[in-house]
Amino acid sequence: MDFYTVLWREMLVFKRTWWKFLASRLVNPVLYLTAFGWGLGQDIHTGSGTYLDFVVPGIIALSAMTTSFNTTGTGVNMSRLYYKTLEEYLIAPISAVSFVLGKVLAGTLRGLVSSLIILVLGIFFEARIAVTGWFFAVTGIACFLFAALGVVAAMLINSHEDMANFSTFVILPMAFLCGTFFRAERLPGIVADVVGILPLTHASYALRSLAAGGVVPAVSVLALVGYAAAFFAASVWTIRRIR
Amino acid sequence: MIEIRGLKKNYGQRQAVADLDMKIEEGEVFGLLGPNGAGKTTTIRMLTMLTRPTSGEAFIAGYEVSRDLDRVKQVIGIVPQHMNLDLELTARENLELHGRLYKIPVAERCRRTAELLAFTELVDRADDLVSTFSGGMKRRLMIARALFHRPRVLIMDEPTIGLDPQARRRIWDLIRQMNRDGVTVLLTTHYIEEAEALCRRVGVMDQGRMIALGTPAELKERVGRFVVESLNGGQANYTLYGTREEALRHAVKLAGGVTIRETSLEDVFIQLTGRRVGD
Ligand SMILES: Nc1ncnc2c1ncn2[C@@H]1O[C@H](COP(=O)(O)OP(=O)(O)O)[C@@H](O)[C@H]1O
Ligand SMILES: [Mg+2]
Repeated sequence: MDFYTVLWREMLVFKRTWWKFLASRLVNPVLYLTAFGWGLGQDIHTGSGTYLDFVVPGIIALSAMTTSFNTTGTGVNMSRLYYKTLEEYLIAPISAVSFVLGKVLAGTLRGLVSSLIILVLGIFFEARIAVTGWFFAVTGIACFLFAALGVVAAMLINSHEDMANFSTFVILPMAFLCGTFFRAERLPGIVADVVGILPLTHASYALRSLAAGGVVPAVSVLALVGYAAAFFAASVWTIRRIR
Repeated sequence: MIEIRGLKKNYGQRQAVADLDMKIEEGEVFGLLGPNGAGKTTTIRMLTMLTRPTSGEAFIAGYEVSRDLDRVKQVIGIVPQHMNLDLELTARENLELHGRLYKIPVAERCRRTAELLAFTELVDRADDLVSTFSGGMKRRLMIARALFHRPRVLIMDEPTIGLDPQARRRIWDLIRQMNRDGVTVLLTTHYIEEAEALCRRVGVMDQGRMIALGTPAELKERVGRFVVESLNGGQANYTLYGTREEALRHAVKLAGGVTIRETSLEDVFIQLTGRRVGD
């Protein structure tokens, strides 16, 4: 239950600042939906359905990634390098697993909230999305895995500047290339193959398929679970390493 | 209560702490005194495994810190050199978080929070965010937090660094008070007067080595209890003597402004290293 203490602290802060979080989470998706969905999208044809139906699951996956990654990435990195509050947890009699689980669940929750905002906005923009339990489950797994990746990055990267660089060189390209705004198969040969195995690609494809009312995309779901387990194990390792 | 045997830490070529041996008795206030870079923080961090020793062992309350870290954690309270309170939480919430991390039951948590807020005189600011606190208040809250789980040993790294004289006095009073309540205290400082005011015994560190260890009186005895200070062409000269009589006999031979005073720990440090603590 130690992880709950770590999560409790995060929720305390979240309750205090949730309106700021909501407001900041609204800006990006509204712009994306306006520009790509409603503006550009009118002229784009995707076989079945509108471009908006196509792009909303992609934006949900993207937002799950950035929000969850940034929550733990920035939080843990600042706590380690700047505020030094990480030491309070390292000195306390709690395990590395509890610490990581608490932080990752906090990141997952924020990611889910921001995904929900986009879902509501998307429906407001008249996207047709089949909202099922599986849809939320897959979003949750995606949030979890990117939150865990955030902890790994925060523990391995030794300056705020390099954290920002990681976002620019790794997270941002993924946001655009991983099947969020267009099908990744359209990318040239080898690039398409590499992008095809990345977690965000699996997340956007799985969500898109579920949103269209399709069957559960087993391969993508398994891939996401695999990434989540691997990143979680890696983040526990990074905490144990500095003990 | 604390025993260190052959503790050593290298950062690459640089030796931050070299072969440290010392023993701290239950119930005492022990001070590690030394200039910046002497290796005090590194020593203390090795006691909590925040820094891994290159070699050597350390025991706290009979537990070896690397093997029995979980037990050690329950026995010690830490006040680190850098302010590491959670600025996004209130004072009360910081204590609550600490209490939960140490699995203290809710009733005890409430009692302890009230007790320690009173002890550190923070009751009227208990529900304010820590980001609005002054340096002295933050230090006091860090002490309250470190004491929360009733540790037998309190380890404080430069507890009054950067505080004004008044805030410093309040911290000193707190340290004396909790020591009277039975808490063993290990503190580091580069303020001579702090070591002199608080510590039963002092270990003088310089460049990673323990160069002297004993009560302030013993250390002064070793170098000479009286100082003759003379000005010679704008240059201050110090000579140390074992007794006031010897010092007097020497002083009358000197021309110009001569003062005789009792040796301070600063003089001890200068004698042992040829430098001032501040240099
Ligand atoms: N993480 C580190 N990497 C490299 N050198 C370090 C590190 N931490 C401390 N040092 C070096 O070890 C020496 C002792 O430092 P420290 O223990 O902080 O001294 P003090 O606390 O007495 O001022 C210094 O020379 C310092 O530069
Ligand atoms: Mg220090």
